[in-house]
Amino acid sequence: MRVLHQLLQLRHMREFNVLIALILMGLLISLFTPYFLTVSNLMGVSRAFSLTAIMSIGMVMVIITGGIDLSVGSAMGLAGLITALCFDAGYSQYAAVAAGLGVGLAFGLTNGLLITAIGLPPFIATLGTLSIGRGLMYMITHGVPLTPQTPESFSVLGQGYVGPVPVPVVILLVLTVIFTIIMTRTRFGRHVYATGGNESAARLSGVKVQRVKLAVYVLSSTISALAGVIAFSRYLSAEPASGFGSELEVIAAAAIGGASLAGGIGSVLGAVIGAALIGEIANGVVLLNINTYAQQAITGGVILIAVSLDVLRNRMGGRG
Amino acid sequence: MKPFLEMISISKTFPGVKALDHVDLHLNSGEVHVLAGENGAGKSTLMKIMTGVLRADPGGEIRIEGEPVVIKNPVHARSLGISIIYQELAVVNNLTVSENVFLAREPLRPTGLIDRAKMNADTRAVLSELGVDIDPEAMVGTLSVGQRQLIEIARAISYKSKLIIMDEPTASLSHHEASTLLRMSRKLASQGVGIVFISHKLEEIFEIADRVTVLRDGRTVDTRPVSEMTSDLLVRLMVDRELDQLFGHHTSHATAEVLMSVRNLTEKRVKDEGVFVRDVDFDLHRGEVLGFFGLVGAGRTEVMEMIFGSRPHTGEISINGKPARISSPSDAIEHGLGFVTEDRQSRGLVLGMSVRENFSLTHLSDYCSLDFVNRRKETAACADYIRALGIKTPSPEQKVLNLSGGNQQKVVLAKWAARRPRILIVDEPTRGIDIGAKAEVHSLLGSMAEEGMSIIVVSSDLPEILAISDRVIVLKEGRISGELTRENATQESVMLAATG
Ligand SMILES: Nc1ncnc2c1ncn2[C@@H]1O[C@H](COP(=O)(O)OP(=O)(O)OP(=O)(O)O)[C@@H](O)[C@H]1O
Ligand SMILES: [Mg+2]
Repeated sequence: MRVLHQLLQLRHMREFNVLIALILMGLLISLFTPYFLTVSNLMGVSRAFSLTAIMSIGMVMVIITGGIDLSVGSAMGLAGLITALCFDAGYSQYAAVAAGLGVGLAFGLTNGLLITAIGLPPFIATLGTLSIGRGLMYMITHGVPLTPQTPESFSVLGQGYVGPVPVPVVILLVLTVIFTIIMTRTRFGRHVYATGGNESAARLSGVKVQRVKLAVYVLSSTISALAGVIAFSRYLSAEPASGFGSELEVIAAAAIGGASLAGGIGSVLGAVIGAALIGEIANGVVLLNINTYAQQAITGGVILIAVSLDVLRNRMGGRG
Repeated sequence: MKPFLEMISISKTFPGVKALDHVDLHLNSGEVHVLAGENGAGKSTLMKIMTGVLRADPGGEIRIEGEPVVIKNPVHARSLGISIIYQELAVVNNLTVSENVFLAREPLRPTGLIDRAKMNADTRAVLSELGVDIDPEAMVGTLSVGQRQLIEIARAISYKSKLIIMDEPTASLSHHEASTLLRMSRKLASQGVGIVFISHKLEEIFEIADRVTVLRDGRTVDTRPVSEMTSDLLVRLMVDRELDQLFGHHTSHATAEVLMSVRNLTEKRVKDEGVFVRDVDFDLHRGEVLGFFGLVGAGRTEVMEMIFGSRPHTGEISINGKPARISSPSDAIEHGLGFVTEDRQSRGLVLGMSVRENFSLTHLSDYCSLDFVNRRKETAACADYIRALGIKTPSPEQKVLNLSGGNQQKVVLAKWAARRPRILIVDEPTRGIDIGAKAEVHSLLGSMAEEGMSIIVVSSDLPEILAISDRVIVLKEGRISGELTRENATQESVMLAATG
């Protein structure tokens, strides 16, 4: 009884809808193919979506403050590229990774200062840095991928396993736990929600909203940079187009996971499950031999259905 | 006379709350019907059902001129001749006054374009009928809360409704504006319009009502003509206590020690609109309750926003004899200030958050070790304040959005009271609060002063200012126009300073 009761309580969680969608979609795919529900396939799927999911953790925090970060793909790509350049120049792997993450930090500071100190709308500020990052990448690579020599130990980050679980997935899980705790249990997390819920009420209550915003943009870019470093470690090649267009998938993950672009609402866990759902669909499309061009359309449909359900459910709740 | 509208056995249940329990209400044409009752009694909910915003539980019935109707939505209600002025402002700030009055029914020229001239002229006509001087082409965002309220009233009047519901319309109006409104309402009633008037102000109720219905805990406790009603009876029906027990005597706790002094406080103007507040000088003593009075638009709120760092200013503020540089609310809070803002929904509360989260936002670090929030401590403290202030909510986890207006106001007070600032500025602290709770707020402010906190009270409610202040400062057109000790402060002397 107790267990049943607790399971029923889960129904009230914001992540419930998208979790159900994830499970139903999994069952649906399994109906048509026996290859979906296997450990090796699920691990492969997880590794495939882990980068989007990691980036969505940063994105959802930005979205909860009422902002948006369009530059995550550029931060990711540029971080991978700078890491590669460092290896090329003969720096140690630690220095290379630190440089990659440093790029993310710089990216985030730029975004954050444009938004807080100058007062640019987040959409414009991050659209600008998106282009700048992308341009820099082409200038540096001249369009040619960079494949430097790297030590064996570095590739663990993107290619290794802990037991059956790929390392990127382990990193994802750790980040999910850490940021869920930050967002639900700490003062910083509370301030992030308050800033997005009603910025002027938060400011008048003593929340340093500008600092909160700066922090979430720095976190978002740095987390994306980490994704970029992992991506480079996986392919050991820094592509000039790496991360291109990924912001849309990352924003979609957050939205599917229940985040409201108006701010104040959303969760890290929801965003991660949202990314998982997108990854699952991509995998299903491949396994079922559906035209891969259809994947985008299906993902779009799922976004609309998931977010509509969420909106409708909230409206019912609100009306009693 | 057959009633224009009857509500029969209306109930409404929200999760965890029975807001209305078999309520009956009969409204006649041409009468002003006052709906009274404590915060959370169900007044607004009943009106939302009447205007189709909410659907009642099955079992009740609404009849208009004897015919049963199902009111589907606000547009439908309006087509049946019912319009409402909401408790919380519902104007669009980035449109002009006349665009607001004619929103969604703009007069068109044959070409299909909006007939601006007609819209402005009609708006000017309604406003002058109301006896107020507001430019139809002004942006609503630049107007005061009181002026915005008048825009809503103008809008309802211009609908030519048969029944106008006013949910605490005078809560944010000055005395002058309020009496204009009361006069307007009586005039509309004499022309055959039915008026439902919700108010927590006793004098006003007796001034305007033909009949009074009292709700308590979602039930109708009484309906009677105002001639058979007395203040004592009304208070007893509403809060089940005697009027003279409610308000205690005033004792001053003011000391000679100056806690904060303000010199040459002058607004740094970005745009040339609104009042220009300048050269404001005053001292605030430890333990003092300092009243700030002025007509709507005199600049009281602006002064407080400057002190609190949310409005650019020049001039000196010193606290405890030391100059204090305050350029943001968080600076002000670090210097020991707190600010209960007048506009609770847009500036006081994060509506989507729970009572607990709103409550603790001002002093979250009290419940934190490292950066982690101790939720048990936080909930316990919040529960204490819910009890102390009598906040009506099923639990600390209820979203503030779902509380009644007066209970939302109490949450704003609680979140600042719990922070225990050295100086607490309260701007219209009892707006929309019922009479029992008003007495509680007054005694809360009194006991904070007794503990040595200093309090600045801004209020348009002159009797309130006179009842709780140790000293009264009067503002007029952005400058201090008078300072009165408690002994010298009377209705007449304060009004004279505010207007003369
Ligand atoms: N959407 C909602 N969800 C849950 N509870 C609600 C909702 N709306 C109102 N309530 C509850 O219903 C009760 C009646 O609320 P209502 O707003 O009608 O009170 P009121 O008489 O207008 O009070 P006030 O004088 O403070 O404005 C309150 O306890 C309130 O918390
Ligand atoms: Mg109400």
